[in-house]
Amino acid sequence: MLDLTSAAYPSPLPAGGNLAEAERLMTICNACRYCEGLCAVFPAMELRRAFTPGDLNYLANLCHSCGACYYDCQFATPHEFAVNVPQTLAAVRADSYAAYTWPRFFSGAFRRNGLTISLAAALSVAGFMMAFMALNDPAVMFGTHVGQGAFYKIMPHGAMVAIFGAAFLYSLLALAMGFRLFWKDVSPSAHAVSLWEAVKDASQLRYLDGGGVGCMNENDKPRDRRRLYHHLTFYGFWLCFASTTVATIYAYGFGWHAPYRITDFPVVLGTVGGIGLVIGPIGLLLAKRQRDPAMVEASQTGMDTGFIVMLLLTSITGLLLLVLRATPAMGTLLALHLGFVFGFFVTMPYSKFVHGIYRFGALVKYAAERKAS
Amino acid sequence: MPDFTRRFDVLIIGGGNAALCAAISARRAGASVLVLEGAPKFYRGGNTRHTRNMRCAHDTATQHLTGPYTEDEFWDDLKRVTQGHTDEELARFTIAQSKEMLSWIGEQGVRFQPPLGGTLSLGRTNSFFLGGGRAMLNALYLTAEALGVEVVYDAEVTDLDIDDGVFLSATAVFGGQSVNVRAGALVAAAGGFEANIEWLKQYWGAAADNFLIRGTPYNRGTILRMLLDHGVQEVGDPTQCHAVAIDARSPRFDGGIITRLDCVVFGVVLNKHAERFYDEGEDFWPKRYAIWGRLIAGQPDQIAYIVFDAKSLNAFMPSLYPPITAPTIRELADRLELDPDRADATIAAFNSAVVPGSFDHTILDNCRTEGLTPPKTHWALPLDTPPYYAYPVRPGITFTYLGTRVNRDARMIMNSGKPSANMFSAGEIMAGNVLGRGYAAGIGMTIGSVFGRVAGRTAAMTVRN
Repeated sequence: MLDLTSAAYPSPLPAGGNLAEAERLMTICNACRYCEGLCAVFPAMELRRAFTPGDLNYLANLCHSCGACYYDCQFATPHEFAVNVPQTLAAVRADSYAAYTWPRFFSGAFRRNGLTISLAAALSVAGFMMAFMALNDPAVMFGTHVGQGAFYKIMPHGAMVAIFGAAFLYSLLALAMGFRLFWKDVSPSAHAVSLWEAVKDASQLRYLDGGGVGCMNENDKPRDRRRLYHHLTFYGFWLCFASTTVATIYAYGFGWHAPYRITDFPVVLGTVGGIGLVIGPIGLLLAKRQRDPAMVEASQTGMDTGFIVMLLLTSITGLLLLVLRATPAMGTLLALHLGFVFGFFVTMPYSKFVHGIYRFGALVKYAAERKAS
Repeated sequence: MPDFTRRFDVLIIGGGNAALCAAISARRAGASVLVLEGAPKFYRGGNTRHTRNMRCAHDTATQHLTGPYTEDEFWDDLKRVTQGHTDEELARFTIAQSKEMLSWIGEQGVRFQPPLGGTLSLGRTNSFFLGGGRAMLNALYLTAEALGVEVVYDAEVTDLDIDDGVFLSATAVFGGQSVNVRAGALVAAAGGFEANIEWLKQYWGAAADNFLIRGTPYNRGTILRMLLDHGVQEVGDPTQCHAVAIDARSPRFDGGIITRLDCVVFGVVLNKHAERFYDEGEDFWPKRYAIWGRLIAGQPDQIAYIVFDAKSLNAFMPSLYPPITAPTIRELADRLELDPDRADATIAAFNSAVVPGSFDHTILDNCRTEGLTPPKTHWALPLDTPPYYAYPVRPGITFTYLGTRVNRDARMIMNSGKPSANMFSAGEIMAGNVLGRGYAAGIGMTIGSVFGRVAGRTAAMTVRN
């Protein structure tokens, strides 16, 4: 009699490795398809019958971790099929960040990413502090400066532009190279892209809403607010970025130098953005702590927390600098703020920041696939 | 933990779609409601966990339904699939009520979506739950609990105190404790008995040991048995169950939708003697879907093998397990532990009987065999393109037909013909009233919702009067 339970057949039970587990799950999900209305991952899955590592990396980066499919799944643990798509795709996603890292020898940065980010931030802050102390007379460093160019009494404008310009350009290069690797992996053959659809999907976080019911984080109740907190963080970040850009135009185009008045455009943008960038990350950190342990991919916790805390420290020091800029604390706060901003910039290619780049890439691919099918 | 010293207005036994619809409607009618679910929280909801849609009549297309599905058309479909084994009054009542169910279920928090990939044929008639049956259950539980319905999981009801058709109390065991639960009315929505192999064996003998149960292992029919033993009139053929062909490698229980195989039309089906035994090209899904479970149950050892070739590998929905494959029919037979000579002879005989035609799996095409017994009357293509593939299949039991007779208030009818004073049933436990035979996709959920809602409302009214 044929033994139908033996190892003679490939088993649907967990095998080794995150990609193998993701492949197992996608085979199960593709035979079920109940979740296809929840997000983009399952319709993208349905366009395939077999899953290459590139396909799985694409699906993993397409997943927004809304959690709905975990609570909707009739085959989740304790069922013997042990389906847990959010957790598995989070693990594949984290692996993919390391795999796309440029240059290669920095890929280890993702292994203990919380530590990497903390060290980078600490070194960066310490560097600015020590340089300011060494290069400035204590009377200047701890003095009160007001009026145009006050910040540059601590750090010359040219030096600031040179250091941050170089860090930013390096990070852009590293991110671009990483994206190139990602795109080669998930799209081995060239195809049309659909940028505008992807911009809309990303800017609305269309797939962080459980298909319209809402996200799930703590339990099966769709009361999660991560979408709101992410919007606050994301748009807060861009407002701060816009503030810096406007200030640069002011400086080079019009010769108007910081600090600006409270009602000036760069300060308004930075303040509104900064407040978003305080509330958003705090909300995301709390949501992370409350997340159902069943869905948590433990290896990713340090990376997530490191990145969110970095954003939070950047915004808090920025707002403090605004409030206390006319006091003797300005020099110290400037060093702190610039330290965190610099640390943030240089670690962009080696932190959770990359999730935005790869997820956007995945959305671009998905929009094109949807159009073609 | 609920206060068991009190007397509840309505006790609901079961935790699926019918039970929750009853709980919500009884609570909305002002009753205090206790739900005793026999399964642990994850497995709550019986076979509703594995469902994905419900069939409701509607006069116009909607956001998610591609066209109208009138009451008359629904009735025609029901008459056809049951071959007349239905109670026309209750069936027409179900269909009429189903029209309201789409919006009523939506008001209870359940969301719908367009038909799933691979199910376009149901896009006009059936409404699909966003996220499937477990998502539907989650929404119903959320609503029920917000309304103040009390739910206890892992609560096995071991005895019912029924006196002359009047429900008095139930004995439930949970957490190692036995508790007497008193209530003014009972709604039994605890499913069928398909997971009770011993019970199935009464009708199927040892063959039932080779049956796989597609749904919940908790539908053991204990409540149904108690009710029948207390004089409730039975309905539906006790010997029958709905069976489809599913992958033989599936778990004994709860494999759900992902173990189904619908590739019979693309090849031939062999039994353990490597012989064909039925026309694989007889009809379309869903008719063939529903007959093959029964056919395999009738074969030796209740096992069969769907054999096809490389031409058809990607022609049907992917399933959970990969097919078994080999470069020749003989080697394939070897892997399946079939006699290679006989397998080879069967396939050779089939191939030489195939007459040329133009293959089209969307119509009853002209690809057929000539002079072969049994014939393959449509979609017959020679198996000549290696590698060759096979899926081992067994009968997968979906549900049983035996149930409690009810009237249109969902009130149970006693053997005397008198309606019970305060006992109601809804869902699979009474589906046999409407669906005495056969199956149409999504109709179980319709019966469950319609009778659950009626049962809850009527039970609440009964208690208050």
